[in-house]
Amino acid sequence: MSHSDQTIPDIPDAPNPVLRIVRMLWADKFAFVSALFLLLILFCAVFGPLLLEDVATKQNLRGRNAPPFDFSKHWLFWLGGDALGRPLLARIVVAAQNTIFVAAGAVFFSLLIGTSLGLIAGYTSKTLSQVIMRLADIIMSFPSLLLAVIVLFMLESSVFNLVIVLAITRIPVYLRTARAETLEVRERMFVQAARVMGASTKRIVFRHILPVVFPTLVTIATLDFAFVMLAESSLSFLGIGIQPPEITWGLMVSQGRPYLTTAWWLSFWPGLAIILTTLSLNLLSHWLRTALDPAQRWRLENVGKKNG
Amino acid sequence: MMKFLGKRAVASAISLVGLILLVFFLSRLTGDPTGLYLPLDASEESRNQFREIHGLNDPLIVQFFSYMGDLVRLDFGDSIRRSEPAIDVVLRGFAWTLQLALITMSLVVALAIVVGSLAAYHVGGIFDRIATFFSLIGASAPDFWVAIVAIVIFSVTLGWVPTSGTGSVWHWILPITVLFIRPFGLIVQIVRGSMITALGSAYVKTARAKGVKNRPIIFVHALRNALLPVITVIGDQAAALLNGAVVVETIFGFPGVGKLMIDSILQRDFTVVMAAIMVTAMAIFLMNIVIDILYSILDPRIRY
Repeated sequence: MSHSDQTIPDIPDAPNPVLRIVRMLWADKFAFVSALFLLLILFCAVFGPLLLEDVATKQNLRGRNAPPFDFSKHWLFWLGGDALGRPLLARIVVAAQNTIFVAAGAVFFSLLIGTSLGLIAGYTSKTLSQVIMRLADIIMSFPSLLLAVIVLFMLESSVFNLVIVLAITRIPVYLRTARAETLEVRERMFVQAARVMGASTKRIVFRHILPVVFPTLVTIATLDFAFVMLAESSLSFLGIGIQPPEITWGLMVSQGRPYLTTAWWLSFWPGLAIILTTLSLNLLSHWLRTALDPAQRWRLENVGKKNG
Repeated sequence: MMKFLGKRAVASAISLVGLILLVFFLSRLTGDPTGLYLPLDASEESRNQFREIHGLNDPLIVQFFSYMGDLVRLDFGDSIRRSEPAIDVVLRGFAWTLQLALITMSLVVALAIVVGSLAAYHVGGIFDRIATFFSLIGASAPDFWVAIVAIVIFSVTLGWVPTSGTGSVWHWILPITVLFIRPFGLIVQIVRGSMITALGSAYVKTARAKGVKNRPIIFVHALRNALLPVITVIGDQAAALLNGAVVVETIFGFPGVGKLMIDSILQRDFTVVMAAIMVTAMAIFLMNIVIDILYSILDPRIRY
């Protein structure tokens, strides 16, 4: 990476944006490792079930609760086997798909709906704003457990329904932030200027306000992704989230709980997978906050010149 | 100030009524509790009688208005599961949760402010790195996993503390520790971030030029300004704890409102669910008002 930037000396003040991001990532080693780890998890989520679905569901009762670190076995058994003798490593890779897609879907829908409602509440009439804010209050105090049970009984359990439950509970976060930011941005000079020049509401909201508000929302979304993952794990752990035979990491922790004293690895590894993923997301969002903040970005950009 | 409080009360009352409406009708969609409480071979007559006793035979809308009528007289109805007033069951659970939340949050706030401020004092120093690393891990740890790993290590293997239940001081240690970790990690991060900004501001430079010592600079001059965003997050975390730490309470068999809530939802004990939601909503409403008052104490520019 460091030698490729010398090949474009003719345009030094406009470096390739991808290269610039990679270089800023490289400046923060923790963030760099996190990004790599998340790419690996993403790869598992997309291709894991295709590659390992059969191995992960094949039962082998002789290998029940096989202990980890037995390197004489096939590498899939290096983390041990579960209560039905299925390789834990393969199951963790396969479970990455549901875990990641539930969290990604929930974050996407809550970001989309929350931001739209927040922009509406921030830019249009006071009455509408009041209605939307009260709605947010209600959602905030509605217990997500009850919502999960209602959906589970009304609509039967599926990955998509869990996405809906989690998305609804997270809408207020984006809504409140988007509204608060919009209220501030709409009073700024350039928005006023656009209004004086006769720009339509649609144009002001999408061309002038949204781009200013969006980076904050994206930073929140990275943090929230970790939160939603933990929430999904908790629901699955309590038995009102994903139902077997579908698996997620949270469900694996709960399935291993009865064997805790005899086979700790059943619950330990999937829990570790959750921690490492959320930790990476937190580290990355930590970096993102610095990278998106013009006043702090120098900390990442000229590390070469810094002597600390 | 009074006008502000009145406005807040009206807005909360509207939300509370909306919440009651939604919960009442939606929770009834999850099914009839009769099958859960009577034996499988119960006759249709006894089923009917059960429904009659608990008022489940009337049309939903009639049930709703009779419930609201009782509610005005502060009668929350009886619990199906325990045959005693729902509000008694809920208040008993809430008392446990309130103690747990208060102890945990006091520890979190005290330690997170000290650790976060000291980390901010030397950005990039060794203490800062350790504090940042561990607080990030803390903020990322799923509480149910930490809880069961802690049980295996400290209760089963080492035998230092009981695995679950209540009764002695020792029973409180694991639940408090597990609940402590996540809010602590989050709040250290926030304190550190806003302290960095505060320590870099001009008035801190002035204080330093005057010769003020380090400790008063951090904990008197900078902290007061840095606390505003911290209080918002403390409020969010405290609200989550007041709602009942469902998972942790379930794992440790702690008789708080969170465990009560999940049990009542699964057992279709509707009156208890409603009462629990109203009690916690009121508690969170009161806490939010306290937070707003704290804002105006810390920053006199904020007026209501």
